Amino acid sequence: MRETLLEFIHRFAALFRRRHSEDDMEAELRSHLEMAVELNIRKGMTPEKARSEAVRAFGGIDQVKETFRDQRGIPMIETFLQDLRFGFRMLRRTPGFSILAVLCLTMGIGANAAVFSWIEGILFRPFPAVAHQERMVALAGTVRGESGFDDVSWPDFLEYQKNCKLFDSFIVDRIMGTTLSIGDKADWATGSVVSANYFDALGVRMALGRGFRPEENIGRNAHPVTVISYRTWKERYGGDPAIIGKTQILNSMPHTIVGVAQQGFDGTFVGYAFQFWVPASMQETFDPTGYKLEDRGAHWIEGFTFLKPGVSRQQAQDEISAVAHRLENDYPATNRGRGVQLMPLWLTPFNQAGNLMPTLKISLAVAVMVLLIACANVGNLLLVKSFARRHEITVRLAIGCGPARLMRQLLTEGLILSAVATAGGIVFANWCRNALVLSFPPMGSGVIVNLPGQIDWRVLLLSAGVCVVSTMLVGLVPAYQAGKVDLAGALKSDSGGVVGGRARARLRSGLVMVQVSLSFALLVGVGLLIQSLQRIRNASPGFSTQGVLASAVDLVGAGYNKERAKIFEDELVDRLQAFPGVRSAAFARTGPISYRSYSSSPIAVPGYQPSPDEQPMLEYAEVSPAYFATLGIPLVSGREFTRLDNEAAPPVAIVNETMAAQYWHGKDPVGERLQMKDRWIQVVGVAKLSKYQSIRETPRPFFYLPLRQFFSISGVMYIRTQMSSSAMAALIAQEVRALDPDLAPLDTITMREKVNNMNYSLRLAVALLGAFGGVALLLSAVGLYGVMSYAVSQSTRELGLRMALGAGGSDLVRLVMSQGLALTAGGVVLGAVAALGLTRLIGNMLYQVSPRNPLAFGLAFVVMTFVAVAACFLPAWRATRTDPVRALRG
Amino acid sequence: MSSSKSEVLQGTLDLLVLRTVDCMGPMHGFGIALRIQQVSEDLLQLNQGTLYPALLRLQQRGWITSKWGVSENNRKAKFYSLTRTGRKQLEEEVESWDRMSAAINRVLKTS
Repeated sequence: MRETLLEFIHRFAALFRRRHSEDDMEAELRSHLEMAVELNIRKGMTPEKARSEAVRAFGGIDQVKETFRDQRGIPMIETFLQDLRFGFRMLRRTPGFSILAVLCLTMGIGANAAVFSWIEGILFRPFPAVAHQERMVALAGTVRGESGFDDVSWPDFLEYQKNCKLFDSFIVDRIMGTTLSIGDKADWATGSVVSANYFDALGVRMALGRGFRPEENIGRNAHPVTVISYRTWKERYGGDPAIIGKTQILNSMPHTIVGVAQQGFDGTFVGYAFQFWVPASMQETFDPTGYKLEDRGAHWIEGFTFLKPGVSRQQAQDEISAVAHRLENDYPATNRGRGVQLMPLWLTPFNQAGNLMPTLKISLAVAVMVLLIACANVGNLLLVKSFARRHEITVRLAIGCGPARLMRQLLTEGLILSAVATAGGIVFANWCRNALVLSFPPMGSGVIVNLPGQIDWRVLLLSAGVCVVSTMLVGLVPAYQAGKVDLAGALKSDSGGVVGGRARARLRSGLVMVQVSLSFALLVGVGLLIQSLQRIRNASPGFSTQGVLASAVDLVGAGYNKERAKIFEDELVDRLQAFPGVRSAAFARTGPISYRSYSSSPIAVPGYQPSPDEQPMLEYAEVSPAYFATLGIPLVSGREFTRLDNEAAPPVAIVNETMAAQYWHGKDPVGERLQMKDRWIQVVGVAKLSKYQSIRETPRPFFYLPLRQFFSISGVMYIRTQMSSSAMAALIAQEVRALDPDLAPLDTITMREKVNNMNYSLRLAVALLGAFGGVALLLSAVGLYGVMSYAVSQSTRELGLRMALGAGGSDLVRLVMSQGLALTAGGVVLGAVAALGLTRLIGNMLYQVSPRNPLAFGLAFVVMTFVAVAACFLPAWRATRTDPVRALRG
Repeated sequence: MSSSKSEVLQGTLDLLVLRTVDCMGPMHGFGIALRIQQVSEDLLQLNQGTLYPALLRLQQRGWITSKWGVSENNRKAKFYSLTRTGRKQLEEEVESWDRMSAAINRVLKTS
């Protein structure tokens, strides 16, 4: 065993010292023969006899050398190296071709590598600093009979942690934000309320200080400590080495900085980089909706768990579901119908992973299409080149090179091209690792959008796989053709001999048609998405997007209590409305198309009998007077809230049309009552249906309550004005400061921007598909151009003859163009068929556009035809420059 | 002639080379070939050239080493000598050869 290994090492090492050991062998054999000759002469032979006798005793010298060489190195690799050297020489001889081929493949492979790295970095391995991501799963709450997911309550979370045996750990992670003022610079910062075991469970170390201690989970606001991220430490605190032990005011409470997390750890939220963490006991400080650590009915936790090694997600799910079921029985009031769902990280519902998944899936499909186009292109180029090399190939076959060896040679050339392209592609992927962030809506200052691609060994391995596949695709076509060379025929005929000419032309045309058809399908996809984007932008959300601005003041962070907040909000509205440019202003706990979720509550309506399984649970918004006027949501009947709907007045509500239709069977509900928990609320108005969370949502029942009567501090405000957002921002800042010199408003943006920001995943899809579609179009144009120019260069004799017989330039142009356009037409027909199947992939991204939308198909047709005409024009023009005399003589 | 001479058995060449180098100390290829023919009294027929791939193989396995030197006739030649593992290998191979030939002899005599 040891000898075999040793032998292999020697053989392998010999590969790198071939020249030296070849000389060595020659010298040794020469010395052997000379000694033999000398001995024979001494025995009395004539020199000639002595030499021939020595050679005879030695045996076939060349045969010995071959055996020696085989023993010395590794024959397979040596052949390969030989092929490699030869391949490089061949490719260097035609640098134009080689560069074009490498560029085409780089685009194809680079697109794939980039998409791989995004998928790896966003979906599969989003948290590189975390140990054992492969065992990490997301934990979300479910409600029976409802789609989507809910959060988990803290008491339930503790039960799961205590009773589940198949899990290594459970962690809590709840995104929140606050104003971080350091010195005289205040900025918004994103952070998270986490369970005390957070850093230990993740295997994240501290660059400085310590993580959280178990007791820091317990006690209402009892442990004002915080761990900051390395990035924040460096950027906001200037890398202060004595940071540990210093205090930082967070949401008006002084927190002691106890640790700096290790470099490269940005938290566990796909999409944003977190800047600080606080332990669970501080929940109330960062949550304007109240203290929840003892409330089993308050769902606020987004969590992750680590499964024990070897435990499948299904086993873990079974165990945790059993616990959830027991909780349902033990606490029916809060837990009826509630369960939990474990999900792989790429399906995490509470961060951007779930949002980006469909887009990334489409990108992958499209990148594969671009790769196929690139391969077809390079295959075509190689085919043309193999025709130019037919003489060399014929000679090689004639002198006994086996077809297998020839194929290996051609595949090696393909491998060189794809290997260089793969290296380029990985560089390209690395370069656009952070490209996805660019298409993300701006989140305002202080929020760090973080969507890095990840290039690790898995991505490299996959790229290597793509390299092998593209080698096969690219190299097999000419190799297959080479295997079919008709030797006798090819040698007999010289220049005129077209080796398998007709078959080759068909193959080339076929490859071009594949490229055109795939590009066409991509163009259709881009067209459909652009139309969707347009329609979604023009769709009426049910509120005005023109002339309405949204802003906010972080009253929670400034430490306001409810009474102070109420006074502040009323005064600010009065001050703003006093300006002539401001039509109206209103506050709300949360408004339409916002990242913050609405409140929800079970309701009952007299006269409405829910089915036995149904527990009517509706979402509502708490809004101030003039909310409807400010946002431009029309009232169908009844009245808007006024300042008289205050704490002293009986509670009132405004319902939307859908709710009126469902719960009051279409009768005007104004004057009727609904019951929410123990409170009876009178309906005073009906609002027109509008969009609440997203433009794509379907109509749903929804209602509004006066902010005053159901108060919680939030500071979200809307202003109806014709002023620009920057002018208004300045005005708001001035008025806020006049009321409280320590306060500053957050970013002011138009409702139009807010709506557009929500469409980022569609915009991203358009951008990606557009970029890939452009590349595909370019590649197809190159392919078409290549085939047509080659056809023209091969048929100079025919063209010359036609000219001699009186054909004019326009006739020749028409001849060449019609050939090129026939190819395009074939490709378009194929592409249309392909598109009908492929557009189903983007079905759920489309908005009010049929996947068979004729406009998209028509536009794709026009663009494709235009590109085809452009690609064929140069070869056609060249055809008219044929000199008939030279062509016919040649 | 062919009836009185035997081809060197596949695999036994290694044994012969190791043994020769062991007895004679460092030796060049030509010397090894001569020595094998001499000792076997020309009964073993050996194409001298086939020795060289065998020598390379033994070197690759670490049983012998080689060094360029000068022959007795003042000629440049490559000299081969046994290594420590080579000696152990030789002992093992001799032993197994003895066992094997004894076994074959027994079979030939009894049946």
